[in-house]
Amino acid sequence: MKNVITTEGLNLTFQTNDGPVHALSDVNLEVGQGDFVSFIGPSGCGKTTFLRVIADLEKPTGGSISVNGMTPEQARRERAYGYVFQAASLLPWRTIEKNVALPLEIMGLSSTEQKERTSRVLELVDLAGFGKKYPWQLSGGMQQRASIARALAFDADLLLMDEPFGALDEIVRDHLNEQLLKLWDRTNKTICFVTHSIPEAVYLSTRIVVMSPRPGRVTDVIESTLPKERPLEIRESKEFLEIAHRVREGLRAGHSYDE
Amino acid sequence: MTRKGKTIPVLTIVAAIVMLWYIGSVWMNAPFEYDQAERLSKPAPAFGELVTKTMAQERPVLPAPHQVLTEIYETTVLKKITSKRSLIYHAWITLSATLLGFVIGTALGIALAVGIVHNRAMDKSVMPWVITSQTIPILAIAPMIIVVLNAAGISGLLPKALISTYLSFFPVVVGMVKGLRSPSMSELDLMRTYNASRAQTFWKLRWPSSMPYLFTSLKVAVAISLVGAIVGEMPTGAVAGLGARLLAGSYYGQTIQIWSALFMAAALAAVLVMLVGFAHAYVLRQMGQKPGGALA
Repeated sequence: MKNVITTEGLNLTFQTNDGPVHALSDVNLEVGQGDFVSFIGPSGCGKTTFLRVIADLEKPTGGSISVNGMTPEQARRERAYGYVFQAASLLPWRTIEKNVALPLEIMGLSSTEQKERTSRVLELVDLAGFGKKYPWQLSGGMQQRASIARALAFDADLLLMDEPFGALDEIVRDHLNEQLLKLWDRTNKTICFVTHSIPEAVYLSTRIVVMSPRPGRVTDVIESTLPKERPLEIRESKEFLEIAHRVREGLRAGHSYDE
Repeated sequence: MTRKGKTIPVLTIVAAIVMLWYIGSVWMNAPFEYDQAERLSKPAPAFGELVTKTMAQERPVLPAPHQVLTEIYETTVLKKITSKRSLIYHAWITLSATLLGFVIGTALGIALAVGIVHNRAMDKSVMPWVITSQTIPILAIAPMIIVVLNAAGISGLLPKALISTYLSFFPVVVGMVKGLRSPSMSELDLMRTYNASRAQTFWKLRWPSSMPYLFTSLKVAVAISLVGAIVGEMPTGAVAGLGARLLAGSYYGQTIQIWSALFMAAALAAVLVMLVGFAHAYVLRQMGQKPGGALA
């Protein structure tokens, strides 16, 4: 299997007024083509920072990282990934359609191709028929789906998602998790997914990367044994609970809550 | 809130102001009537007579509201627009300088704000100068601008407009710097993940984000543009314009003329601010703003 992301001894230290903060320390990781990898850990463990390093939104201070065999900067210039933020970040003055078309406009695609791709990805996230609406006319869950459609629009093989469902209620979240799995199955993309929900991580992933803070490092990498086909009920199965238990153990080992 | 709910309070306040004004004009114009009576060795006028006389003086200290309204009516409706005594003629002179100055000021303000947001050297150096420019009293700088430009062979509309510019670019710079910097970090990150150029980030993100800030600044800018144009008309020898009417009125003690010019200036300012307000509402509606939304 081809590796999409490879890191070796990755380090990132922020210089702050209170002295250096080690956001990432010696991270070695490989993400293969078609993987669904979740990053889980308490706040400050560097999971978002790691995603931002992949996206070339932060520069590492040590070690090496390659994305699609390139440096993150080259990958960004080639538009090798779609990024979904915690907030939907839809531009309020653009309709949903126009929001999804934004990256395509920037890439300079023809308007027919923009239309064709926009309607295809809106279909993919179940928002066909909402293209002419403005963001404020949609619920939070629909807005987040629109932002996923926007990240899918330019057909990158890699999808980086930073707690995309963190601000949504549990019912909407379950629904979107299910849809996301279907989407992943259909499009065969590689997905890196940051979360701090254990059930979400276990339900979605083929691999779960457990991280711990101060300094941010990887404490455990769990290969999921769940089948690719995952109905929501799978969360009550013994296998699911065993993986969830191991994640919880990993989180506990990496972090002392007595501080 | 309905308009109906606003009418009665507004009218009440207007009625109160008019009443206070009448009382004030009787009180302030009375000494002149007493003087007149004394000079002609007549008995001091009775109250009823005093009231009628104080409201019909030719050069009252404080003209009564109806005297001002009559003057405005006579100098707008009853005079040809081309006449030098027409208030509309003078208002147009001032308005043209105001608008030209406003347009130049807005363009200058936006240009400076774009520079400040995109260029580190400008970010560090321009703002203090912009603020300093506004601490110099406009009355001190206006005659110099007029005289210098006159020496360079430029006279008429442009020097006055430049004084309007001098005042009106300021709120635009301040508002637009804030507006162009209003996109959130995640919106800017988003543009970065698309590998958007600076120009694309500007036109697709920063510029639309700054619209509410721009129009708020423009409302202030258009009103002070008018002030600038009026001030600019004073050192030009009071030839034409509302400023000239104000100055000429004060030379010859024509208080009614001063007040009617003042009212015209106030009405002009109100109309200009309202027009900018309509443009604001229109643009935000085009941008799909939520009705009654928070973008205003």
